[in-house]
Amino acid sequence: MNIVACVKQVPDTEAQIKVKADGSGVEEGGIKWVMNPYDEFGVEEALRLKEKNGGDVTIVSVGPQRAMETIRTALAMGADKGIHICDPVFDGADAFATASALAAAIKGIPYDIIFCGQRAIDDDSGQVAAILAELLGIPQVTVVTKFEFAGSSVKVIRPIEGAQLLIECALPCIVSAQKGLNEPRYASLPGIMKAKKKPVDVKNAAALGVTVSAKAKVARFVPPPARAAGKIICGDDPAAKAAELAKLLREEAKVI
Amino acid sequence: MAKGVWIVAEQRDGAFRKISFELASTARKLADELGEEVCAVLCGSGIEGIAGQLGQYGVDKVFVADNPALEPYTTDAHAAAVAKVVKENDPAILLLGASTQGKDLSARLVGKLETGMATDCTDVKIADGKLLAIRPMYAGKCFGEVVTATFPQMASLRPNVFPAVENAKAGEVVKFDPALDAGQLKTKVLEVQKDASGKVDLTEANIIVSGGRGMKGPEGYAILEELAAVLGATVGASRAAVDAGWRPQSDQVGQTGKIVSPNLYVACGISGAIQHLAGMSSSKFIVAINKDAEAPIFTKADYGIVDDLFKVVPEFTKECKKLLA
Repeated sequence: MNIVACVKQVPDTEAQIKVKADGSGVEEGGIKWVMNPYDEFGVEEALRLKEKNGGDVTIVSVGPQRAMETIRTALAMGADKGIHICDPVFDGADAFATASALAAAIKGIPYDIIFCGQRAIDDDSGQVAAILAELLGIPQVTVVTKFEFAGSSVKVIRPIEGAQLLIECALPCIVSAQKGLNEPRYASLPGIMKAKKKPVDVKNAAALGVTVSAKAKVARFVPPPARAAGKIICGDDPAAKAAELAKLLREEAKVI
Repeated sequence: MAKGVWIVAEQRDGAFRKISFELASTARKLADELGEEVCAVLCGSGIEGIAGQLGQYGVDKVFVADNPALEPYTTDAHAAAVAKVVKENDPAILLLGASTQGKDLSARLVGKLETGMATDCTDVKIADGKLLAIRPMYAGKCFGEVVTATFPQMASLRPNVFPAVENAKAGEVVKFDPALDAGQLKTKVLEVQKDASGKVDLTEANIIVSGGRGMKGPEGYAILEELAAVLGATVGASRAAVDAGWRPQSDQVGQTGKIVSPNLYVACGISGAIQHLAGMSSSKFIVAINKDAEAPIFTKADYGIVDDLFKVVPEFTKECKKLLA
């Protein structure tokens, strides 16, 4: 079976994000870069599928040179090869451009199932998996917490508000991973050594035949709105403070 | 030329989700500024009868596809139907909810309509005749002001943030044929497993009572469940509590959990790690109860109590019970 997992390199969840003074983006200095946590669930599921059913796992990533570290991490976890789409035209690209690049790369290789993270924790846009599915003309099941391969189809669990859905989807398809799908493995030391020798194809936009025309653009980045200083309810008696809090929420905030 | 502000309304089992009215009201505001019409797309089976309700929230015209293949929701069927009617009518703006269904559908539509979208917006306005969509990025650690060069200019709106305002308009119902090709429908919902607890999802809750490492263990949550029952709230948890196995993953609020925006968020024993703050800082009012006065959660809180939560919370529950009696 031919399995693909798409990954993105993103700032660690604990990273402080500072907007550049001119609002053109965020400061990258001092950021610790990691594999997008949701993509890790996708890579792990791809590896489990391969271990059970045979086949190989190709990692595809769009990103600057540093994104190679993330591809190597996935290879160290056990994936077989990589495609690194590396071109400055994709810096700050919108979801459509990123999906177009991934689609162009994936069209050139055989695939049965493609795993993506349900969203990347940097731009939080959550669009790439679905656009990629559309560009490849295949179905999608997104935000999946349980995955089962059933021969010519897959069966997944997708939580929605107040329920979960059991969905069957024909192959080939795209599955976007949500937390809860699995517990991703750590790369072993021998895995890390082996990963250094695994093949990674580096391609630019021209090699893929992709042109980028920005559709959605972040015209300006701004810091989050500041919250006004809050009120600390003082005193020694927990009951009195609790009573004061209830009163404030009722009379001042009017939320209970 | 692309014209009109469109929404994709969301219904389940023949009843509108609240986000539909939030979308309609927001679209009305934008359309009034542009001097244009508000149209809605409604897909489902046996739903023609409810379509007119959207008129109460400012919709001029509702395009309805009523077809058994559109119930329950699947991406394939709904994306095909919505894309068809949108392409035929060329709206300037297309809004969806950033609900689980809306997120799935809107992203597929971006692909079908070859346009751009701002996801999970907390504000939208018109600037120079164009849509300016404001959205949290990096889970709210910064915000982006998004403009879209192509049409329709798409945005998905975060549930619970935009007010639903009654503003009666015609709500004229126009049926359309979604022209579904059975061969294109590759996904099938085999089963809908409803949550037996009947609790409101965190993303839709008006009040959330959330606990972190300070709850000391899964038993600690009993006092939060009691408070939640009194307030009609939903219980949430921090990543630390979920990773420790105290609460299910579906309860997690934060950058790798749910992004919530209730009217009231009560954080108990939550220190306020940046990835947690990222998931709840768009709450309208925040209360922090924590014995560590230095906890970062207090920098976000509107009201704070520095004390032992196991002493404060039961008293607070009693007070609320009295007030709400």
